[in-house]
Amino acid sequence: MNSEIFRSPPLHLARRSLVAALAAAPLSGALAQFRVEVSGVGLTQLPIALVPFRGEEGAPQKISAIVRADLERSGRFRGVDTAGQAMDESTRPDLSTWRQRAADALAGGSITRLPDGRYDVRFRLWDVVRGQDLGGQGYVLPQADLRLAAHKIADYIYEKLTGEQGVFSTRLAYVTKTGSRHTLWVADSDGENAQAALASPEPIISPSWSPNGAQLAYVSFEARKPVIYVHDVASGRRRLLANFRGSNSAPAWSPDGRSLAVTLSRDGGSQLYLISASGGEPRRLTQSQSIDTEPVFSPDGASIYFVSDRGGAPQIYRMPASGGAAQRVTFNGSYNVSPTVSPDGRWLAYISRSGGYKLQVMELASGATTAITDTNEDENPSFAPNSRLIAYATREGGRDALMTTTVDGKIKARLAGQGGDLREPAWGPLQR
Amino acid sequence: MMKRTAMVALLATVMAGCGSNVKLDPPIEGTSTTGASTGTAGQGAGQSTVTQVQAGSSSTDAQGPVGVGRIIYFDYDSFSVKPDYQGLVDQHARFLQANRARGVAVEGHTDERGSREYNLALGQKRAEAVRRALTLVGAADAQIEAVSFGEEKPAVAGSSEDAYSQNRRVEIRYR
Repeated sequence: MNSEIFRSPPLHLARRSLVAALAAAPLSGALAQFRVEVSGVGLTQLPIALVPFRGEEGAPQKISAIVRADLERSGRFRGVDTAGQAMDESTRPDLSTWRQRAADALAGGSITRLPDGRYDVRFRLWDVVRGQDLGGQGYVLPQADLRLAAHKIADYIYEKLTGEQGVFSTRLAYVTKTGSRHTLWVADSDGENAQAALASPEPIISPSWSPNGAQLAYVSFEARKPVIYVHDVASGRRRLLANFRGSNSAPAWSPDGRSLAVTLSRDGGSQLYLISASGGEPRRLTQSQSIDTEPVFSPDGASIYFVSDRGGAPQIYRMPASGGAAQRVTFNGSYNVSPTVSPDGRWLAYISRSGGYKLQVMELASGATTAITDTNEDENPSFAPNSRLIAYATREGGRDALMTTTVDGKIKARLAGQGGDLREPAWGPLQR
Repeated sequence: MMKRTAMVALLATVMAGCGSNVKLDPPIEGTSTTGASTGTAGQGAGQSTVTQVQAGSSSTDAQGPVGVGRIIYFDYDSFSVKPDYQGLVDQHARFLQANRARGVAVEGHTDERGSREYNLALGQKRAEAVRRALTLVGAADAQIEAVSFGEEKPAVAGSSEDAYSQNRRVEIRYR
């Protein structure tokens, strides 16, 4: 027994991986709620068999199906058919069976309801190719956390097999509009299990997670003007952060969680300010006659990326986080907005108008830019904390929908979620 | 804090490969962070629990000058108050001049195209243009708050040019 999981060398993903076929890879059965699109050649996806957990049949959550959907949405795994097979965490599986089914990895487990009503969830992961036990985990938790357990299992498997941290147990905030009802939701990273944090008769926009994942800052119009709240999602306690004369919007947390960059019009015109997370007097960061808005901190906290029309049309700029001279970052096109930087600092995602409004990814080191969608009304990109996936809003079938995409655009999934128009995704940090 | 403590406890249950020995340690309890009593933990709130807040609304539209329009429309990508609206602006400014205790919110709006936050800033620019126009002809700056709804409260639903042109507007609302 040991807990060396985070130090053991990762397996290599492509050992016997298949090259994914061009076009769609439809899912079946319990996974039908997730529509995952795969495009492009040369994708390597590790084939993994996720056997239904013992006891899953009568359980409130189908653990193995949630794990499989998580892993497939990442673009790095492909589920292998498990029909007719049964195992749990204490089974010593016959790996030759799984080799015949072309699985490189195998996981099985169990879910048991305890007399006090909680659940005991356990699993074990196997390397089929090497015939190696890759360890497992066990949890005892209330029914409300069963999906969390499934996402933790997916994180464990992802990390063991790719050597990178999984983000399935993180949370996603988003906003829905249904009729005149506006709701701010906090959901699992797959868009499911959404719980309402705020219901309002007036619009809610621009949710932004605090770095510790406990609070959301957002803009609410409930006072018949835009004001910024900071809201503790577990307790529901919230406080006004900025309600100055004029409009208050676009909150963005600094990486240390101590302050937020915001857009205020208190001095006439939309300008950037820095305000302490505990409130107080804001300090002005920009001094322009133009629109300056949509600030976002670089992961090291040293810079702020933002949108300004100082050059005559909205473009993305970067300046020191304390204010000062700004450098232009985007040069193609006449409308580049909604910047967000990946947590590893490598990528800038933003929306560009060219024909439609399209999600772009720029490699910051080289400036090389790629449009990664074929939709025309993309909005509001938000990186997963491992910098591998981007959540964004778009329009599909006449409705606002939420999608995830890999940074290269090859794997996209439409997230499930509440009915109505889904918008304004904000991907929460690791740890909770 | 308790959340993090609980996660450390969970991670501590991780068991790495042990060759052919597939025995699992007894799992550690995933503690709820909500302080719910353990007796009801099975049905109770989990780590991921969210408490809902219900917001109210505040909609006031007090009496202003009678028979005077309250809406100013704008051209695409434009922030200038067209000459057609000078009469409307003058009448509101005169009313405010005669009623110094009264005030207005000047609310800017845009069509739905583009970024929500950028549209909020564009609507603000329209609202500020109307605020300036009012103060030029006698209203006091302190009587006017320029705010923006961006694309969030369209007057007309739909994605046609006709709907867009009706949504690019500033509304004057008396307090």
